[in-house]
Amino acid sequence: MSQTDDTEIILNVTTQSGEKHELVALDGWRAMEVIRDYGLPIKAECGGACSCATCHVYVDAKWQDKLFSPTEEEEDMLDEAFEVQENSRLSCQILMSEALSGLSVTLAPGSEPE
Amino acid sequence: MSNSPSVISQSPGEHHETDVVIVGAGPVGLFAVFELGLLDLKCHLVDILDRPGGQCAELYPEKPIYDIPGLPVVSGQGLTDNLLAQIKPFGAKYHLAEMATGLEKTNAGKWRLTTDLGTTIEAPVVVIAAGGGSFQPKKPPIPNIAQYENTSVFYAVREMEKFRGKNILIAGGGDSALDWALSLHDIAGSLALIHRRPDFRAAPDSVNKMRELVATGKMGLIVGQVGQLHGDDGQLSSVTIKTKEGEFGRDVDCLLPFFGLTMKLGPVAEFGLNLHENLIPVDTEKFETSEPSVFAIGDINSYPGKLKLILSGFHEAALMSQQAFRICRPDEKLRFQYTTSSTNLQKKLGVK
Repeated sequence: MSQTDDTEIILNVTTQSGEKHELVALDGWRAMEVIRDYGLPIKAECGGACSCATCHVYVDAKWQDKLFSPTEEEEDMLDEAFEVQENSRLSCQILMSEALSGLSVTLAPGSEPE
Repeated sequence: MSNSPSVISQSPGEHHETDVVIVGAGPVGLFAVFELGLLDLKCHLVDILDRPGGQCAELYPEKPIYDIPGLPVVSGQGLTDNLLAQIKPFGAKYHLAEMATGLEKTNAGKWRLTTDLGTTIEAPVVVIAAGGGSFQPKKPPIPNIAQYENTSVFYAVREMEKFRGKNILIAGGGDSALDWALSLHDIAGSLALIHRRPDFRAAPDSVNKMRELVATGKMGLIVGQVGQLHGDDGQLSSVTIKTKEGEFGRDVDCLLPFFGLTMKLGPVAEFGLNLHENLIPVDTEKFETSEPSVFAIGDINSYPGKLKLILSGFHEAALMSQQAFRICRPDEKLRFQYTTSSTNLQKKLGVK
């Protein structure tokens, strides 16, 4: 991934309708929080407690191995998401860091706000 | 897990009159009972969940909350239990597992709130403390699913007999999915459980029972997900199932998806209040909506600088109560007192 600025952590987000956005994330913030703060359509109704599965995203294939594996709690919660794939994650469980700069995720069906 | 102070729900379908009717028994609705109670105002609470606590009880009962003033850490259920203990002296009436569906003015100038179970509550003041709205079952994002709902697709089981002899597909991996699979397999024509992975988060005992039934051929288990629905006139005939190995069709009369609950604004949107992006705008002195004597507090309201924090809702409840008193007791003087020093308040709290 090319990085224009060493200090910026980039999070690439494709919305449910296919719009692409390049967001600047903050170290230690949850991907869900970054997406929400930019005003992109994400329900994330429990606010990051891994309790609702409405921040479900698909992680770009080349980033899948760079993330920590989902915890059992996250796996259990993914049971309440729809169209779950191998690369499904809850974006509230992805902590942004320099190592993840350039991460690409796509908001999954069911993550749309009402 | 919790030893909640016992809350008895009123029988549905009856008529009640009170000072304040509160829509939503989450933390903010519960604390409103306290602030209103100090002013001698009686409350009825209506909530679609079958127990008080709102999101705290439904979404994160065991998750720690760190930003409640004076409580360095408390779980969602712990906060709910504490609030119930705190408001116990005020004897609020609960209408649980009922959805507030209508709000209208009576000829006498009061409000009449109605529920889906036919309960009516009349009061001069209404407080909307409904958080993100009402909890409703999550609906799979399958394009044509709406045309099958309540004829072939059900998010709850009300009468088991309706399912006798049917080819049933139950989707999900939690307790609801497992419990209904275990209850319905006997009377179904055929029954299969479909879940995205071989592991289940439901109670281990139910999972074991399910696996025994699968092993003896009494029900099916499919590791996969529901794709398309096929049928005519709202009657499902088959379902396309997606698995790692590929797609296949299965004859299905009834689909029961159990994917937990999500919040929808719901009937509050029809109460005739101004809305902005699914929130209810209020002033910041009284937290009154566009309708005088209807208030909105907690996550459901909106005003400049609003923060969706439980503590904001507590503050809003206190200020709202002042105006609620003026409306309910126009001839009485509103006196501001502290619980630390007022023997009058201490008597109400039952500590004096």
